[in-house]
Amino acid sequence: MNDGRQVVELTSEFFRIGSSSFTDFALRVAPDVLPSSRTAAAGVADLSPHGTTIVAAAFPGGVVVAGDRRATMGNIIAQRDIEKVFAADEFSIIGIAGAAGLAVELVGLFQVELEHYEKIEGAPLSLVGKANRLATMIRLNLGLAMQGLVVVPLFAGWDETTQEGRIFSYDATGGRYEEHAYFSVGSGSVFARGSLKKLYRPDFDVNEATMAVIQALYDAADDDSATGGPDMTRKIFPVVLAATGDGVQRMSDERIAEMIGRVMASRAERPDGPGAPLA
Amino acid sequence: MSIPFYVAPEQQMKDRADYARKGIARGRSVVVLHYADGILFVAENRSQALHKVSEIYDRIAFAAVGRYNEFENLRQAGIRYADLRGYSYDRTDVTGRGLANTYAQVLGTIFSSGGDKPYEVEIVVAELGTTPALDQIYRLTYDGSVADEANFAVMGGSADVIAEVVSRGFNPDLSLAEAAQLAVRALSADGGPNAAPRVLGVDALEVAILDRTRALPRKFRRIKGDRLAALLADGSGPAGDPSAARPTPSSVNGVEEPPKKPGT
Repeated sequence: MNDGRQVVELTSEFFRIGSSSFTDFALRVAPDVLPSSRTAAAGVADLSPHGTTIVAAAFPGGVVVAGDRRATMGNIIAQRDIEKVFAADEFSIIGIAGAAGLAVELVGLFQVELEHYEKIEGAPLSLVGKANRLATMIRLNLGLAMQGLVVVPLFAGWDETTQEGRIFSYDATGGRYEEHAYFSVGSGSVFARGSLKKLYRPDFDVNEATMAVIQALYDAADDDSATGGPDMTRKIFPVVLAATGDGVQRMSDERIAEMIGRVMASRAERPDGPGAPLA
Repeated sequence: MSIPFYVAPEQQMKDRADYARKGIARGRSVVVLHYADGILFVAENRSQALHKVSEIYDRIAFAAVGRYNEFENLRQAGIRYADLRGYSYDRTDVTGRGLANTYAQVLGTIFSSGGDKPYEVEIVVAELGTTPALDQIYRLTYDGSVADEANFAVMGGSADVIAEVVSRGFNPDLSLAEAAQLAVRALSADGGPNAAPRVLGVDALEVAILDRTRALPRKFRRIKGDRLAALLADGSGPAGDPSAARPTPSSVNGVEEPPKKPGT
């Protein structure tokens, strides 16, 4: 049924009425291409590199999401310039922590899913609709998660109807939770969240929010060996994306490099980062 | 027991072709043409919800005339085909040629199979190449035949009259505004050279482009509302009448006059 020819011939499934979901369609026509069709044995998780910390912070006018660049396999650094934060579509961002290969595959599938819906229906999904769709896709992955291939996304975007940046977090079973102000996932997330808790202010502009997530990633890398700090010699810096009313934009490397420079200078004075007032 | 009448296969195919052609001729037309920075689609369509032109993939768009439910079916199948292919292989492996071939197979099979009625549709699959020379406009008819159109394609009722007007004003270096005005002028002249051109306002038009200058990978963009009005009013020259900005000024100017360059 699912040999290569299946992909090029328009069978009756292609003309079936009603479904706007790419995943549903692919499940019927070519289930082999989907991550959820895979079976995994226990212990397979050790074969896959792990991506780590993702941080998001909302500000009036949008939301920023940042991710470090490290992927690890046990004590080995598998990749030092991996990207884990992507534009899901024109107005939303997805960052993924967990089994790296599966995570990247899931991001690709989610991007196609959103684009497919938009093209078939002639209008994009609402932001909450997108967040729910992602929850369904994580749920389909539960079998693999049970074997250790856990993927934990962080979804954020600009909500056109409420005119604000919103953040959604997930658990491995597909539970979806809306977060307020800021959130973080991955191995360094505890430290990043602690850092953001002290740094975050609700009246940030986009530059201040970007600075806050970069500081949070620095603090995560400071205490978590699986999170990569800024690599000054190779010029590898966090990926930062912002979603605003104008759409999703990736911060240029020059801009991030300049901010990292300031962070490094101030940390040389005070290695633990900016202090918060005691009372 | 009665023996069914013998109908010669030639006659059978001719009847089916006539049937399909009549269905297509009832609909309003669509013009697809190259312009300096891409490919332009202009359809006469009074519905804001039911599209005749739509996006298939990053650099591929679809335009159709005829029976709505039939070409909508083809459109959705095309999107599924393109997305599945792009997801299984790579985004660059989805080509207009592949899609046009697949559509040709489907339309040809339906046309020549005895069981189904032929589709009353005509479609265009257009693909934006990396350079203007590689841009493609494929035109497919109800029987599955494919034509590779060099400059422009016109489909629907009175396609010949409209194509005549387009061919007189066409050159591949038209700006977007000039190309749009040419297409609208052609669509409004569908009564023939002796009839007065109809006035086609922004509400009666569906306009979209595959835009090579767009930075995002998805090159398809709709132009509507104020932006469409501005585009059609742009460089319209001595029409002078401010109210002419809303209906299409080019149709007021008369059919023969070539559009002026915007600015100077």
